[in-house]
Amino acid sequence: MVYDVIIDDKSYRLELERTSGKWHCKLDGREVEMDAVLARRDVLSILIEGKAYEIKRERTANDLHYWVGSARYAAELRDPRSLRSRQRAAGDEHGPRKLVAPMAGKVVRVLLQEKSEVEAGQGVLVVEAMKMQNEIKSPKKGMLQKIVAIEGTAVNAGDVLAIVE
Amino acid sequence: MFKKILIANRGEIAVRVIRACKELRIASVAVYSDVDRASLHVRKADEAYSIGAAAATESYLNIPKILDVAKRSGAEAIHPGYGFLSENAAFAQACVDAGLKFIGPTAASMEMMGSKTRARQNMQKAGVPFVPGTSSGLESFEKAAEAAARIGYPVMLKAAAGGGGKGMRMVGNPGELKSAWEAARSEALRAFGNDEVYLERVLINPRHIEMQLLADEHGNVVYLGERECSIQRRHQKVMEESPSPIVDADMRRRMGEVAVRVAKASDYTNAGTVEFLVDSDRNFYFLEMNTRLQVEHPVTELVTGLDLVHLQIRIAAGEKLPFQQEDVQIRGHAIECRVYAEDPDNNFFPSPGKITLLLRASGPGIRLDTGVYEGWNVPLDYDPLLAKLSGFGSDRQQAIARLVRALSEYFVGGIKTNVPLFRRILKDPEFVAGNIDTGYLDRLLESRFAEPNRDNADVAAIAAGVFAVLDGQTGSASNGRPSGNEAASSAWKRAARAAVLRGD
Repeated sequence: MVYDVIIDDKSYRLELERTSGKWHCKLDGREVEMDAVLARRDVLSILIEGKAYEIKRERTANDLHYWVGSARYAAELRDPRSLRSRQRAAGDEHGPRKLVAPMAGKVVRVLLQEKSEVEAGQGVLVVEAMKMQNEIKSPKKGMLQKIVAIEGTAVNAGDVLAIVE
Repeated sequence: MFKKILIANRGEIAVRVIRACKELRIASVAVYSDVDRASLHVRKADEAYSIGAAAATESYLNIPKILDVAKRSGAEAIHPGYGFLSENAAFAQACVDAGLKFIGPTAASMEMMGSKTRARQNMQKAGVPFVPGTSSGLESFEKAAEAAARIGYPVMLKAAAGGGGKGMRMVGNPGELKSAWEAARSEALRAFGNDEVYLERVLINPRHIEMQLLADEHGNVVYLGERECSIQRRHQKVMEESPSPIVDADMRRRMGEVAVRVAKASDYTNAGTVEFLVDSDRNFYFLEMNTRLQVEHPVTELVTGLDLVHLQIRIAAGEKLPFQQEDVQIRGHAIECRVYAEDPDNNFFPSPGKITLLLRASGPGIRLDTGVYEGWNVPLDYDPLLAKLSGFGSDRQQAIARLVRALSEYFVGGIKTNVPLFRRILKDPEFVAGNIDTGYLDRLLESRFAEPNRDNADVAAIAAGVFAVLDGQTGSASNGRPSGNEAASSAWKRAARAAVLRGD
């Protein structure tokens, strides 16, 4: 398999192959001596040129993250041969983005109106959980295409609250 | 000894008490609210009964329902844990009236300690030290100026009838006293209909140190050493240790003896804790008494080798304390981290939700008191304490090293926790030197924080690829994203939408 892996805005070309239990790994064209064993679901023991790492894969309602020691990485994988990935790579900032509830709670305020312009990082609505208020911000500049959330109603983690176009 | 005990609580403390019951061969009865059916304490108990809706007032604070379950199940005693009904004198009395033993002090002792003014009067009679001040109202400004000079600036003017910060004024120097005196009096008059004010010395960033007590029902009281609880955020303890880095054997004996006097003055029985404020000259002043088992009791257990919950149950069953003061030995050092479901990167916002991955810490000197498990959904209705991770060592340095090591093993995935905060505290030079007070954590959080190094991005890249290969797919499962807001689902949909907008 060949992947383009994007971490912290940097892209790595990763070539992985497994033949009769043995891994062959190339990172950006360089041969890397690597062995990997899945210790349990979401926990990987990786040996890279003699160094041992325990990698945890963390699943949340919307994301996957990879932990190396106490550092947490978001990684995006693309198959450079697939049309879909090439299209996404070209146009990630285009197209609608969903605002989802990061946790279960109550929508206490909707700050903007549907169809209004919104800046990246601008607060769109406020969700309250455990007596604390959390502003849900727009991930991009654009237009608030739709507000799904209704003031005063309960939401679950992962529920779509609004869509920015 | 009791044959069956009901635990009127949830979470890690309910599990802690159930474990003690098992060890003493006592049957345990759990109670649970609607959102706690799958809670760990229900899984560990011998019997479990539903007591109503998620809201604590409907369930864990509902005295009639809890007493009804006790009666139905045939429990002889009730352990209240901490929080909820643990310091509710009416509940302690209701247990007695229902023919049940309340594992804790009597309602009368709790009531006395619950009232600040009554507690203060009784404690003063017993010779317990308070923050220096005038114990009664001041007659005139001249008297106030005299008293302030005697006590030493800065001082606090407080309304005698007061509370809630009304009629309170901090005075930094003699020049400020006149205006503060007038403002405090008129505010007190307006708020309480009484303009009497008194003075107290202001302790700036004192330490919070508390003394653990055990008292049996035969008049024996012992102290089990102190806990340093100065690391707090918004008056919420975050980390505790025993012994305190500043308490030596002589100070421990003096604090312990005062704590024993406090207990005797209130006819106290069972486990309790006397809290003190300690100034920079190591003078200690009575703050209040907590009439229950404390969250942080494990550090005392680790350094004394005693099991406080066993002893609570044995005392409640009428047994005498099985040892005397001189038998209590403090050995080594213990530090506890309170692991909360909260996000340290987002102002410690609570982070309930599903625990998707849980790796435990173990090995030498590590104790983990937990109320959660992998796959469990942390409800948003209660205190977000997930677990208490404690490290024990022959000295403070070793306890710190073991905790740092244990935190590298411990992992909670799916929800945010304050684990990164403990890594930061445990390597902070001020903490390592023992220079902590109640202002320590706020100062630390204001200072710049060096992010964990991100030199391993290449390792993460390889791991992400390996996971994808092992998953046998490159779709959603391997599509991690940094933001919580995902791109709308598919490129096909996007292409279709674009086509529609173009009108072709």
